Amino acid sequence: MTQAALTAQGITVRFGDVEVLSGIDVEIAAGSIHGLIGENGAGKSTLGKVLGGYYQASSGSLAVFGQGVGRWDPPTALAHGVAIMHQELQLVPHLTVAENVFMGLEEHRWGVLYRNEAERLEEVMQSSGLRLDPHALTVELPIADQQKIEILRALAREAQVIIMDEPTSSLSSEEIEQLHRIMAQLREEGRTVIYVSHFLDHVLEVCDRITVLRDGRHVMTESSTGLGRQDLVSAMLGMQRTETLYPPKRKAVSELALSVRNLKGNGVDVEALDIRAGEIMGLIGLVGSGRSEIARAIIGADRATGDIAFLGRRLDHTIRAATEAGIVMVPEDRRRQGLVMSMPVRANIILPHLRRFARFGVMATRRERRRARELIDRFSVRPAIIDGDVSRYSGGNQQKVLLAKWLEGDPKLVILDEPSRGVDVGARETIHAAICELAASGSAVLLISSEIEEVLGLAHRAWLVDRGRLVQEIDPDAVSESEILAALFRHQGLEGVST
Amino acid sequence: MTRAQVLRFLQTYAVLILIVALMVALTILSDSFLTLRNLLNILNQNAPLAIMASAMTLVIIVGGFDLSVGAIFAVGSVTSAWIALHVDPYLGLLLAPLIGLVLGVVNGMVITRLNVHSFLATIATSLIFKGVAIVISDGRLISVRIDSYIWLGRGKFLGVFNSIWIMVTFALILTFLLTRTTFGRRIFSVGGNEEAAILSGIRTHRIKIATFALAGLAAGLASIITTSRVALGQASAGQGMELQAIAAVILGGTSIYGGQGAVWRSLAGVFLLALINNGFNILNADPFFRDLTTGLVILAAIGVSAIGQARR
Repeated sequence: MTQAALTAQGITVRFGDVEVLSGIDVEIAAGSIHGLIGENGAGKSTLGKVLGGYYQASSGSLAVFGQGVGRWDPPTALAHGVAIMHQELQLVPHLTVAENVFMGLEEHRWGVLYRNEAERLEEVMQSSGLRLDPHALTVELPIADQQKIEILRALAREAQVIIMDEPTSSLSSEEIEQLHRIMAQLREEGRTVIYVSHFLDHVLEVCDRITVLRDGRHVMTESSTGLGRQDLVSAMLGMQRTETLYPPKRKAVSELALSVRNLKGNGVDVEALDIRAGEIMGLIGLVGSGRSEIARAIIGADRATGDIAFLGRRLDHTIRAATEAGIVMVPEDRRRQGLVMSMPVRANIILPHLRRFARFGVMATRRERRRARELIDRFSVRPAIIDGDVSRYSGGNQQKVLLAKWLEGDPKLVILDEPSRGVDVGARETIHAAICELAASGSAVLLISSEIEEVLGLAHRAWLVDRGRLVQEIDPDAVSESEILAALFRHQGLEGVST
Repeated sequence: MTRAQVLRFLQTYAVLILIVALMVALTILSDSFLTLRNLLNILNQNAPLAIMASAMTLVIIVGGFDLSVGAIFAVGSVTSAWIALHVDPYLGLLLAPLIGLVLGVVNGMVITRLNVHSFLATIATSLIFKGVAIVISDGRLISVRIDSYIWLGRGKFLGVFNSIWIMVTFALILTFLLTRTTFGRRIFSVGGNEEAAILSGIRTHRIKIATFALAGLAAGLASIITTSRVALGQASAGQGMELQAIAAVILGGTSIYGGQGAVWRSLAGVFLLALINNGFNILNADPFFRDLTTGLVILAAIGVSAIGQARR
């Protein structure tokens, strides 16, 4: 067997009283691509961060190329040739590509920069085959290119081991393929890649070996040849289970709930959109098609004009009016728009409903706690602690908290923007079941998702969206994913010609 | 306890630990420190600052800074004295806090309407308020030696200075507001994540205005205590108190990034600063070292909390 690039023994990590990793033993062979998978909250990202020095293990030991290491933080890790690429890229937006790559490695004389980063970058790019304009401003590049900057940065530091934490979560399928090619090439050069992801297909496609974690424990590490999606799913979930099935659609559609006419503003131009009570309406569009903007215009988060009638009432384009009428939006960006990270789970859930949990402005603490407990149980949030520190929860569990927050109090229309982005199989099922239950109970639902399959599986009706406009209505039960993709690209093309 | 737990404990209670340590040291070093009289004096002298720091806590939790409370204090001082002298002493005591409240609302409106950072907005308004105070007082001291005015700052109730009663009541009310009411919950949410708060249907502008209004009210309230105590209204009163108040809040361990904090922490911060001062007095130490020491203590407290944060 080849040499081990990284050897972890008995790695345990505690955050406060919560043990997120318990006694992980794993060996990562040099010159391989090693997948690290698990449900959200299983500890895969945490393990990646421990290996990269970003988190300190509470106990356990690490060896790099057979050599035991003591203190292990990012600079030390880099010095040993281990680099980590974070899920949220750590780049300075207003510096150029080259400046970002060589940050901290600038050549200078008495502190005065040589400003030769561009030429040095050429060298690094030459050897790796990655191509970027050294002078481009980072902020103006697509995410995929920004990731390349991170990879180049690792290469410029002569990293032998590169840990990639969920690198594909915001990439298009083409960009993902490109990234996979880069990984393969890194392996060709004898480097080691640790690929943390919850996309099983991606991991299966490129990894030599795969480690599965569940609930902070090591389940298996096996060669990927001969492993199938099903094997991974069972290992992750700890039981034999078939792939995600969507709950059956119930047709309990009744009276008209939302009626939008001539909605215009911030790249939105919606002629007419009607949603009935009990109906799940899907919006399908490519990234940047204005799906989220339509939702924001409906609830009044962005300035807009036009007529919005909801259950016979006219809304005046303010969030307040929408909220009072029973319209809620579960936003796309959990960290930025959804959760208040400095408040406990309980306070986050109750936040939009403060008035119902207070008398004369004084919080009814016991009632609040009781309700929070019920909702945490209903959405099986883990860890199930009502005063839990939500900033330390996994993505899937944060999403459940967000759903609990918005589904509390009988909303009449729920707008869900990417409800299962960055969420694992188990949490997805919980979320899908909650969406169907919601519609069955008589709510109208507007579902926005970049996963076409998800919309087809859940929605009663759907519209294709392009440049803020509803361009074609489809019957989710009668079309396939590929037909929709073709239609989306066709619409985009048509628009391009006419404008 | 693990290392992390020890650090978290230190971070959470740094200010209390420092207070206890300092009290023990002063008790050993001086007989006159641990007497009821001395302790009550410390509280009495620092009640105005404590009131302002309590309200500043809310401003900082909501994610702002109020650099104008010193100037509001000055306006409160001269208007209160002027009204007491020319109209009615009781009216003078009553109106200053209300004027403070109004000036606080002005701060809040400027910040939310112009959508500028409170740091900038209150630098500007503090100069304006200060100017108003100078104009009102015509640059002179306003002496108010009226019994029905000075009772507030000098008098006692049940053997304890009025100022201490006011401080404790005010701090308790703010604590209640912050921890038990919807208003408090909204303050935390706006400071923690404004966007999420807006999407939760919270009128974040109103919450901000209300916290600045409370800071103004507190400055007005503090000003009448001091003014009636010294029987003198002056436009230079309150100078630098905004920074002392902010220092006390931070010293107490409230996060300057907003979203976290507590009123008791700021009171502890004020008390700690006061103890250092008191220590210099009763030990007859060289007052030249006072600022130096205070600065080092603040740095140490910030250091402890920063270490705790870095370990996350």
